[in-house]
Amino acid sequence: GNQFPACYGGRHTVTLIPGDGIGPELAACVKEVFRKANAPVDFEELIVSGDISRDPAVLNQAVTSVQRNGVALKGVLSTPLGGSPDFRSLNVHMRVELDLFANVVHCKTLQGIKTRHSDIDIVVIRENTEGEYSGLEHESAPGVVESLKIVTRHKSERIAKFAFDYATRHNRKKVTAIHKANIMKLADGMFLECCEKVSALYPKIEFNNMIIDNTCMQLVSNPSQFDVMVMPNLYGNIVGNLCAGLVGGAGVVSGKNIGHKYAVFEQGARHKASDIAGQNKANPTGMLLSAANMLDHLGLSQHASLIGSSVKSVLQKGKVKTVDLGGKATTGEYIQAVVKELEQAA
Amino acid sequence: LARASSTNSEIRRVTLISGDGIGPEIAGAVCKIFAAAKVPIEWDPVDVTPVKTPDGKTTVPQSVLDSVHKNKIGLKGPLATPIGKGHVSLNLTLRRVFNLYANVRPCQSLQGLKTLYNDVNLVTIRENTEGEYSGIEHVVIDGVVQSIKLITRKASLRVAEFAFEYAQANNRKLVTSVHKANIMRISDGLFLDCCREAAEKYPNIKYEENFMDTTCLSMVQDPTQFDVLVMPNLYGDILSDLCAGLVGGLGVTPSGNIGRDGVAVFEAVHGTAPDIAGKDMANPTALLLSAVMMLRHMGLTHYADQIEKATMDTIANKKTRTKDVGGEASCSQFTNSICSKF
Ligand SMILES: Nc1ncnc2c1ncn2[C@@H]1O[C@H](COP(=O)(O)OP(=O)(O)OP(=O)(O)O)[C@@H](O)[C@H]1O
Ligand SMILES: Nc1ncnc2c1ncn2[C@@H]1O[C@H](COP(=O)(O)OP(=O)(O)OP(=O)(O)O)[C@@H](O)[C@H]1O
Ligand SMILES: [Mg+2]
Ligand SMILES: [Mg+2]
Repeated sequence: GNQFPACYGGRHTVTLIPGDGIGPELAACVKEVFRKANAPVDFEELIVSGDISRDPAVLNQAVTSVQRNGVALKGVLSTPLGGSPDFRSLNVHMRVELDLFANVVHCKTLQGIKTRHSDIDIVVIRENTEGEYSGLEHESAPGVVESLKIVTRHKSERIAKFAFDYATRHNRKKVTAIHKANIMKLADGMFLECCEKVSALYPKIEFNNMIIDNTCMQLVSNPSQFDVMVMPNLYGNIVGNLCAGLVGGAGVVSGKNIGHKYAVFEQGARHKASDIAGQNKANPTGMLLSAANMLDHLGLSQHASLIGSSVKSVLQKGKVKTVDLGGKATTGEYIQAVVKELEQAA
Repeated sequence: LARASSTNSEIRRVTLISGDGIGPEIAGAVCKIFAAAKVPIEWDPVDVTPVKTPDGKTTVPQSVLDSVHKNKIGLKGPLATPIGKGHVSLNLTLRRVFNLYANVRPCQSLQGLKTLYNDVNLVTIRENTEGEYSGIEHVVIDGVVQSIKLITRKASLRVAEFAFEYAQANNRKLVTSVHKANIMRISDGLFLDCCREAAEKYPNIKYEENFMDTTCLSMVQDPTQFDVLVMPNLYGDILSDLCAGLVGGLGVTPSGNIGRDGVAVFEAVHGTAPDIAGKDMANPTALLLSAVMMLRHMGLTHYADQIEKATMDTIANKKTRTKDVGGEASCSQFTNSICSKF
């Protein structure tokens, strides 16, 4: 069958969900850059919001669109705190609905971005559909709440296998499993056991494991010891964000969510940044790199590397820097600089 | 910590659990330095070799319970956890028997000990009795495990109130609660509610809320934006280690455990370090700074400041600091060098 169901005459149709916060600005950046790079992609844009309308019909439409196109680019949908306990995260809903079981965040030192640590090149692979994100909670007595973390062998093995396959495909040397099996002996114990079992099938790849608290200490003091890391949902959320912080922040890291059928590309650290929304301040680097990865995924590797190298070139030259990186440039100015690089390279 | 009332003249007794591995060496160092600084306390050493209760649970000897309940204050070195299934760690046992509900870890850059992060000065306060560490887990069917995170209003309110009390007593300005209530809406939601309730009683202290992931993201970029942080068990475990990493690791970070009925036990957060035990190589700084915290808790601020300063001055010199922090000194050389400052 066709690997990309929505590819006609060399043009791909991709679902675009701009999301809340800075999402719409970042989506506009991607559209502009794709247009200038002549990327043969048509976006099917769907306005879903966690703030304004939580209309289930709209959400279902978005899910159906991804199912039809196979590939999507997505911003963050907000999840208001408080209110009804059923008011669950739409992001989690989509991931579960589309069975996007693996979240991959690549945190790599980018030249031109000033950070404390250097030479970081870590891939965080996170189980994306169960664990602490089960949403199974209840108040068993007044003032006593139970929240269930669900770990299954099937999903643990699946993510472990994904991590080792990823390492193999990308010529990586080591996989580290992150857990808290000394405390959660059954749940994390099973996760670790699955990783160990799968590791035996990949003798060329070194395998070790580390407890989550120690991991975070090691990450801030000696991050170069890590290569590919694999972990349950919540630890992935924590470690992915920590690593993003090490290489320059939420604005510069790309990410993707992969299932057997669909792929959804997003910023690596999934934040909607409402504090800077609508101010022309957002850093589109992470989103552009995610979009470039999406092009790569679609087999459009030339367009992907053209965009990737234009972004990297702007960062490296260091003249046009957004506020989060200590510069003064607006989002618009940054995109202009990227477009200029594109035009020069073309 | 809420300061226990005490005049500087009366001599107070403190329960001392030296611990295993490097424990006796670093506890010995602390005793020596306290003697040199003429701190008006008397140590009450106890042995915590575990005993079994009739129903098969691990506990500590009655003499330990008596000593801690009488003195209210303890200093503790690392304890080895017996290997093998079914053995609860003694550290956890102590937390349980003394109901040590809050773990307090100040993380402060040490002048003279350069790391990638300077000017760190924050305190993590971790709920210590429930959450993801409830130990309630079971196999639902083969291949499906359920692990229960337990959040109660009582424990959440207790630790939240403690955090504000701590901030007030230690002249800190901001308390941030760390949570994941966008995902764990009811459990972390309850924790947040309790923090908000406590915050209302302390209008002078600024209160903020921050997601756990966002906190980690911001922490490694700019830790100076944080002051006091309060959170459920697992997040506290993770974040306190992360913060320790910012300032030089477990060898230099102190901690205190606050319990019911005025009991407080101060301890180094590192393990028994069997690889260097008995070799006069251990760094006693973490336990020493825990002891300094203890002095502040007891209201012996003057001695605390003096010992802290002597320690910082000694660490600032590469020749007199220990190997784990890039120095050349043995444990006893480091200790003597601090003592010589009095
Ligand atoms: N693309 C970006 N460019 C610049 N800064 C960003 C970007 N994405 C995220 N950030 C920053 O990262 C930080 C965390 O994001 P955010 O404010 O979304 O946090 P949050 O705690 O997830 O809250 P919420 O999701 O409710 O808005 C913010 O300071 C935000 O400005
Ligand atoms: N106070 C200290 N001074 C110097 N090195 C230390 C100190 N504490 C820990 N270390 C070192 O840090 C590493 C980890 O030791 P730690 O005792 O925390 O864990 P451990 O060996 O697993 O012991 P345990 O089983 O008691 O937890 C070891 O290499 C140890 O030598
Ligand atoms: Mg967010
Ligand atoms: Mg820990």
